[in-house]
Amino acid sequence: MAHVIDTESRTLDPSPDPDSPPAVPVVLTINGEQHALDVEPWTTLLDLLRERLHLTGTKKGCDHGQCGACTVLVDGTRINACLALAAVYDGARITTVEGLAQQDTLHPVQQAFVDHDAFQCGYCTPGQICSAVGLLAEGHAHTRDEIREQMSGNLCRCGAYVNIVDAVEAVQRAGSNAEEDER
Amino acid sequence: MNRFSYARAADVAQALELRGAGPAAQFVAGGTNLVDLIREHVARPTRVIDITRLPLREIEAMPAGGVRVGALVTNSALAYDERIASRYPLVAAAVLSGASAQIRNVATVGGNLLQRTRCVYFYDTATACNKRAPGSGCAALDGVNRMHAILGASEHCIATHPSDMCVALAALDAEVCVEGPNGARSIAFDAFHRLPGDTPHRDTTLGDDELVTAIVLPPEGFAAHHAYVKVRDRQSYAFALVSVAACVALDQRGAMRDVRCALGGVAHKPWRDRRAESTLVGRRPSRDAFAELADAIVRDARGRPGNAFKIELATRAIVRAFEQALAPKENEQ
Amino acid sequence: MSRPAASMESADAAATSAAKEAPRRVRVGDALPRVDGRAKVTGAARYAAEFDAPGLVYGFAPGSPIAAGRVVSIDASAALELPGVLHVLTHENRPEMPLADRAWKDQVAPGGMPFRPLWDDRIWFSGQPVALVIAETPELARHAASLLKIRYEHTPHQTELGQVLHTAYPPSTEKGGFDPPPPPRGDAYRALRRAAVSVDAFYSTPTEFHQPMEMHGCTVVPSGDGSYTVYEKTQGVMNTHRFLTQVFGLAPAQVRVVSPFVGGAFGSALRPQYDLVLAMLAARDMKRPVRVTLTRQQMFTLGHRPATVQHVALGARADGRLDAIVHEAVSATSQFEDFADVVVNWAGQLYDAPNVQLGYKVAKLDIYTPCDMRAPGATQGVFALECAMDELAVALQMDPLELRIRNYAERDANHDLPFSSNALLDCYAQGAERFGWGARQPTPRSMRDGRELVGWGMATGVWDAMQTKSSARAVLDADGRLTVSSATADIGTGTYTVMTQIAADVLNLPLDDVTFSLGDTSLPPAPLEGGSWTVSSVGSAVAAACVELRSRLAELLQTHGGVAFANRDTEALIASMSIRDGCVRLRDHDDGGTATIAVADLLKSARLPQLEVQATVSPEERQKQYSMATHSAVFAEVRVDEALGQIRVTRVVSAIGAGRIVNPKTAANQIAGGVVWGIGMALHEEAQFDHALGRVMNHNLSEYQMPVNRDVAAIDVLFVDEHDDVVNPLGVKGVGEIGVVGVAAAIANAVYHATGKRVRDLPVTLDKVFA
Repeated sequence: MAHVIDTESRTLDPSPDPDSPPAVPVVLTINGEQHALDVEPWTTLLDLLRERLHLTGTKKGCDHGQCGACTVLVDGTRINACLALAAVYDGARITTVEGLAQQDTLHPVQQAFVDHDAFQCGYCTPGQICSAVGLLAEGHAHTRDEIREQMSGNLCRCGAYVNIVDAVEAVQRAGSNAEEDER
Repeated sequence: MNRFSYARAADVAQALELRGAGPAAQFVAGGTNLVDLIREHVARPTRVIDITRLPLREIEAMPAGGVRVGALVTNSALAYDERIASRYPLVAAAVLSGASAQIRNVATVGGNLLQRTRCVYFYDTATACNKRAPGSGCAALDGVNRMHAILGASEHCIATHPSDMCVALAALDAEVCVEGPNGARSIAFDAFHRLPGDTPHRDTTLGDDELVTAIVLPPEGFAAHHAYVKVRDRQSYAFALVSVAACVALDQRGAMRDVRCALGGVAHKPWRDRRAESTLVGRRPSRDAFAELADAIVRDARGRPGNAFKIELATRAIVRAFEQALAPKENEQ
Repeated sequence: MSRPAASMESADAAATSAAKEAPRRVRVGDALPRVDGRAKVTGAARYAAEFDAPGLVYGFAPGSPIAAGRVVSIDASAALELPGVLHVLTHENRPEMPLADRAWKDQVAPGGMPFRPLWDDRIWFSGQPVALVIAETPELARHAASLLKIRYEHTPHQTELGQVLHTAYPPSTEKGGFDPPPPPRGDAYRALRRAAVSVDAFYSTPTEFHQPMEMHGCTVVPSGDGSYTVYEKTQGVMNTHRFLTQVFGLAPAQVRVVSPFVGGAFGSALRPQYDLVLAMLAARDMKRPVRVTLTRQQMFTLGHRPATVQHVALGARADGRLDAIVHEAVSATSQFEDFADVVVNWAGQLYDAPNVQLGYKVAKLDIYTPCDMRAPGATQGVFALECAMDELAVALQMDPLELRIRNYAERDANHDLPFSSNALLDCYAQGAERFGWGARQPTPRSMRDGRELVGWGMATGVWDAMQTKSSARAVLDADGRLTVSSATADIGTGTYTVMTQIAADVLNLPLDDVTFSLGDTSLPPAPLEGGSWTVSSVGSAVAAACVELRSRLAELLQTHGGVAFANRDTEALIASMSIRDGCVRLRDHDDGGTATIAVADLLKSARLPQLEVQATVSPEERQKQYSMATHSAVFAEVRVDEALGQIRVTRVVSAIGAGRIVNPKTAANQIAGGVVWGIGMALHEEAQFDHALGRVMNHNLSEYQMPVNRDVAAIDVLFVDEHDDVVNPLGVKGVGEIGVVGVAAAIANAVYHATGKRVRDLPVTLDKVFA
């Protein structure tokens, strides 16, 4: 017995779209470079980075805060860019994966990832690396198990987890201070 | 996301003024829940008010012995604060078991209180959900309901509150400080979140024109005997099937003078059964006592086909939590 | 044709007596870091949705909320009113598309009618795209899509496999790579009844999704002259290319498909998906570059690993020798295509019993067509088989490993062929030793640690080792740099690295002087990256091209290299030649000196701009006389919280027999990744259908649970020695899929050993063990 469904019937009454809400002027320092931009209120940091600034190093893995592929550092703290409204982050200093290396020299975490083969397809990798830089700065992971726990916000479907933990542990052991190295 | 305008508030008064009344304007702080809901078309505000600049980021010891935590304190800042870690380790443990480091770094105390259920039907606008669209029905009742409520539910809604922090706050009898156009007030934690009844679209008793400004932790943090046990389908970054915040205070004779047991993952709000708790006062801690407590708490539990196992699981998790609370230096799960 | 393996060995002998100052030669077998590592860790590697073009617009395709029925009406007026929304494409206003099924079939298409997005008003599955909204920003496209007013007529649907088992039928055999079960041998049911010991049970595996980290997406760039550059997430640019020429009536030269990096695929990008068709339609129509990407939620509306219900019965003599095997399976397919997996054949290949009955059928549901997903068929089938073997071991009171050893098959009885190589016994022995299997106490619940019960389980794994026709080009330029290319893919498998390594080994150049290009239809043809056959197939072509290039270079040295090279024997030249810093160098055995000539000078004197060779390699005929496979033995330890039921996998040992390993570093990572997949399959993954709605409800990465970092503890991978000169000239077998097979069974068997509870329906969740 067929019955008809209206797609509108299961949502809240849609609020009337305001006519062209004004863009928000923001100043964002990204990898050391200042950008003065007008952003739409609903633009996330992730889409701003990827679509507008063409910094595609930061990846969209779910747009839902459930995978960590979009992890960037804001004032040294790791966050998910997909849930960050760019307007809210006016004035912030943001570091993306593109901002970690110093000219030809890879950041110790990047180098460790290469040395330990801590990736396969590479798509989760920028997020893993920024997350690891953030983790090292936070200073709360003292055992291998704690590294695993505190890196659990970064999914890797290729399953390179063991090597990822090896890489992070190696940097930690080498005493590299991520705070000193990132701008 | 729908088109909304953006405004930034400098202080609480301005935030309230920008909000007015009604759901068309929403506060955003960390955004880890709100931005998600807007993207999924579950929330459709016409205006988003950025409150991140409000001076609500302090953690301060109170003269009467408690601790006041500003609503904008992030989950990470809360869990790693020296005073919280030492005096309210239950709160730290609960917070750290939730979400991921990235989310904890921006999610705020206020946002954590107000986060909405993760029920898959609530989030999917193609399905019937009384919380999202009152009167449309509840597809979870006979659908995919592994994560859903076994206590306090109604035929209109079986969603659960997803927070870990709130379970700890419920156990400690925290207070929620709010401000509105008519001034400031304090809401007992147990009265902040609602049961669904026949109005599941309202999660809390917060007025549409009010702003959460702080939570107050009472002096007793049960630092000596506490545990947060979280049972879930994978080792991290997952919501609870069942979680338990267990606290005990002993008198000089070693009998229990105060027993708290709050459950997460089982109801529309963190679940406390004070009557059941009171039956343990004066008794010595024992496995039997906690098993009795557990049985009493789940006596009225009702499961759906997908989650009935949570009833037995809850009783075992309660016993486990109290065993851990009373064992010397036992780690949380 | 010369065999590179022998040539490399003779060169090796020469190299060891060479001067100490020569930098270490790159070898097949070296554990080298990935050559694309830097690109990936700096964010420089670009994926399909990251190629920009001026005037780019974005498309979003909303999906149907119903699983069966039709679209009654679409009102796009509210969407079109928004400034910046350019077009809404539906079945009502779409351009002409080819009618014939043939036009829509890609290389991997199973039998039936391929799906055509926006074809007509019919709804075939929940989430089916019903429109394409094109706008200037991605947010606007998605928002505008939410304003479409669409009315549907919902007809009854069926998404539950258990309800349609009685309708199951043997599937069409059109799908490439599908091998129906062999005919029965002996009389298995009779032998079962007479067996000294037997087990008989039903097993099930749920619908699973690939969920690579990169969502599907593409960017289509029209060039204005009727040709297109298509950046697509694909495992086979050639397959996508052919599909586009067929569907859009384009000449081959009018389409170039480019895919240098793929963010994981695992089979999901073998077939072109609907985002590609929609993006092409829009780009052609609007004459602008169009990007269409799917949301993570939409990734749950595509191809997947189909659910199965399986019946396995095993009968054995008292000494454990199998007398009867019955393995019958039904798996799900769509209404419109017959997807088929090789689920049950493995039982007859791995274990030689005189009485074998294998059966495979499919049943139609109102779902999208399943598609190959990492070790398709074997993952599900070997799970059931290896759990049944474990149950048989219990019934026989025999060690599960011993049972496997006793039933090791010397030949592939399905095809009555010898194996080209089979190191399974070594896998059992070495894996068991590494794991410490000898200390296992057989009684369930006899091993514990505090609150946790400890269990040890094992399983056999098997997968195909194939080779298929491939081409590669090798070009040596005047700077002495080598570029090798083939239209293959690197989906995380390490293709860039292993091909570079093979080339550098053959020609004796530093790794940095070799570039391997892939993922572009302007390159020599290569097959889809799938079936674990890339290193075998493309690797053979790369080796062949480089070997021939090396011979041509040797000739050139003799004819145009001057006195120092003119009288040298060709084999001797090849053995002691290397290319470094733009020069060909030759070690002279007689006086320890070197002869050297700049490549530029050599080419100039021969009037050549560069030295170029293209080689095509097909499998040797004699492969048909063998059964070729990879094998593994998996050992797993689990700990189960006795009261709460939570299960964690604390260590896994995977012993793999996969021939020659080109790069142990990348290969071990592949296997470990497969183990992680196995953990997910065993403990977490399950598409949760609401059958009343006909819709997968856990369509996000929080509710469709895959392992997180903390779920994975110790994984130990070891490759046993295995030599195979049939499988291809290099003796290599791919390792992309063998790593998954058997893992879920080893874990389920370990759970049984820990708890005494046998769970036959995946995933093994805590509620199934704690009761």
